[in-house]
Amino acid sequence: MQGMSPIVKKVAQLVMGFIFVYGIYIITHGHLTPGGGFAGGAFLSGTFILLVLSFGSNVLNLRREEEEASEIEGLAIFTFLLLAVIGFLLGMRVFFGNFLPKGRIGELISAGVIPLYNIAVGVEVGAALLTIFLALVIYKEEISK
Amino acid sequence: MDQAIPVFVIIPLAASFLISIVGGRIGGFGKTISVLVFLSTLIIILTYLISGDHASMVYKIGGWEPVGNIPIGIYLLLDPFSGFMLIIINGMAFLSTVYSVNYITKYTGEKYFYTLFCIMVAGLNGVVLSGDLFNLYVFLEITVIASYALVAFGTEKEELEASFKYQVLGGMATALILFSVGMIYWYTKTLNIADITKILASSNDRMLIQFSELILIAGFGLKAAIMPFHGWLPDAHSSAPSPISAMLSGVVIKAAGLYVIFRLFFNMFAITWEISVLITAIGTLSMVVGVFLAIGQWDLKRLLAYHSISQMGYVIIGVGMGMMIIANGGNIALASLAITGGLFHLINHAVFKGLLFLNAGAIEYRLGTRDLNQMGGLFEKMPLTSGTSLAASMAISGIPPFNGFFSKLVIIIAAIQAKFYLLAALAVIVSIITLASFMKFQRYAFFNGTSQNYAKDGVREVPFFMSFSMLVMALLCLALSLLMIPAIRESFLQPAVDALLGNNEYFINLLNL
Amino acid sequence: MIVFILCFILFLVGLFGLLTSRNIIKIIIGLSFMEFSVYLFLVLIGYIEGGQAPIVVKGIDIQMIVDPLPQAMVLTAIVIGLATKAMLLSTAIRIYKKFRSFDIRKIRSLKG
Repeated sequence: MQGMSPIVKKVAQLVMGFIFVYGIYIITHGHLTPGGGFAGGAFLSGTFILLVLSFGSNVLNLRREEEEASEIEGLAIFTFLLLAVIGFLLGMRVFFGNFLPKGRIGELISAGVIPLYNIAVGVEVGAALLTIFLALVIYKEEISK
Repeated sequence: MDQAIPVFVIIPLAASFLISIVGGRIGGFGKTISVLVFLSTLIIILTYLISGDHASMVYKIGGWEPVGNIPIGIYLLLDPFSGFMLIIINGMAFLSTVYSVNYITKYTGEKYFYTLFCIMVAGLNGVVLSGDLFNLYVFLEITVIASYALVAFGTEKEELEASFKYQVLGGMATALILFSVGMIYWYTKTLNIADITKILASSNDRMLIQFSELILIAGFGLKAAIMPFHGWLPDAHSSAPSPISAMLSGVVIKAAGLYVIFRLFFNMFAITWEISVLITAIGTLSMVVGVFLAIGQWDLKRLLAYHSISQMGYVIIGVGMGMMIIANGGNIALASLAITGGLFHLINHAVFKGLLFLNAGAIEYRLGTRDLNQMGGLFEKMPLTSGTSLAASMAISGIPPFNGFFSKLVIIIAAIQAKFYLLAALAVIVSIITLASFMKFQRYAFFNGTSQNYAKDGVREVPFFMSFSMLVMALLCLALSLLMIPAIRESFLQPAVDALLGNNEYFINLLNL
Repeated sequence: MIVFILCFILFLVGLFGLLTSRNIIKIIIGLSFMEFSVYLFLVLIGYIEGGQAPIVVKGIDIQMIVDPLPQAMVLTAIVIGLATKAMLLSTAIRIYKKFRSFDIRKIRSLKG
């Protein structure tokens, strides 16, 4: 896949950071505002997808990137499960138990473990969407060869 | 013990994520972990059943207690019927993974195989444990997405085409099931199966409920491949790697299709005459048409796949007759006998059809073909495969010392006592045609022709782990006949039937705890 | 009521596309239409005339909220749909690689 024109590349460079930070904002405020892990994770993967689309598939070693993304995905979802199991082992023996102090409604650090779940889900979704995208790009490269 | 309910989902899920992270770095990690995982879940569920305590147990995920008698949150429920299914799922998963240790070396990407396998089993365990309609749908999708990928695991022409067909029909089933869940939610404003039962019992509007019942039968019928919806099954089950065919045919169509139909129609909806006649009719249709489609097949695994459709028909008519008797207000003991026959055939079919697919895999492993015309004389070269497949063939066609005979006998006796003479006659005829079909398989694969053809090819008995699983399953084919002894039946099969029949108990347990 | 009928028509459009088209990408699009109509149906059953978003904010007193549970269900179903679509499309690409065609009349190695 070829890269696009210099205009697209420059704009992508300028915008990418903002999109990434906005994704992080959506993830970390998941328990306060609409959004959360899935929506924020989609933003995170969007920046990488923008990078590949604007600069072409040659800037990255796609196969290695895909393997790494898939491993990060595995780690993130494993962390999620670990958090749920910690709730099971600590406290009142409840799977998905909320073992941290709940805090006050409306503050950033509140709602116990839910922000942690959101972060794990955000990383997982970002990595998963990126893996899917990279896999499809790799298939396309294979066919056009 | 009720602390242990989510373990059936947690352990396989954790194993699958672990395998996907470290499986590529440490050789042999995937197979070791997955064998150990399924062994441990099997032991946990066996201790539950052997302890003799058949009380149903509820687990509230996240600790959300009911508020004002209205359940909130997701509840998992383990009752004897779920336990019965869990034994089939985890036992078959254990034997299939042991078999895969040797078999999967044919393919590349061993890590992905075990990852997907663990996810599939986690989803199946979730389906049979869930007490919440939408949660059930989510677990169902986890199962089928993993099985789509596993069917396409070989990534050759046939596998891809079969997987695509499976995915399109599975996608339609998903849309129908979700639509029906939405309809039920619209009407009852709840998703908890027990709560829905309570609300439906006090309602008079039948139209909407009957509509969603029909859509549910269509959706789960597509997943279970009963007759009008069977199009994907022969392709998908014959193209998948053999341990996966054994899982799909032995477990997935039962746990993801029939289990849900039985559970919802016995424990959630009130049983009506029309629905029970419909279920029995499609069961009869599957039983008869499946066997006629099977008899002309020359591809070994396709033949077995069509027989799966036919044998599922036996299970459905067993349970369907029970539903018809209950709907007519007939003798409960007779209904219980019919349902016992159906469930007995369900566990028997899991064992012998799993074994037959593993045998087919063993033949394919050595010969590289599934065409019956290119086999012959394997009896001398592969004695263990031949012996175990003979046991399984006799079990599926209903020859006395094996388990298939007894379950078919129970179904036929129940049909005669309930005066469904046509069903009894059809069951006998289909059994005879099945026998003919499996005599063809035995003759062409193992006895006909000479073994000289393979003198140089190195056709010999399969490696240890494959032989081990086949031998264990052949012994199970004999051992399950013991379920006919009343003392054993009372402690193992009867609680599952009672859990289905005591439809009030299910919701009392779920709601009042 | 008219919205439910439109929703059902969307479902039928998807079914029609799934059954009649011969290109596997178009079949996938038809399947997506069916699923989207179901998502739409789920959102519609949770809607209450004049209801507000079910978010607790300090200082705002909410009289009536729409049912949040169908919305959560739709989000979950969309995620599941994403996984299904990704699987379908990657299978479609692999099929194209093997058969060099998207036409289901040419993809016929299985019979019986």
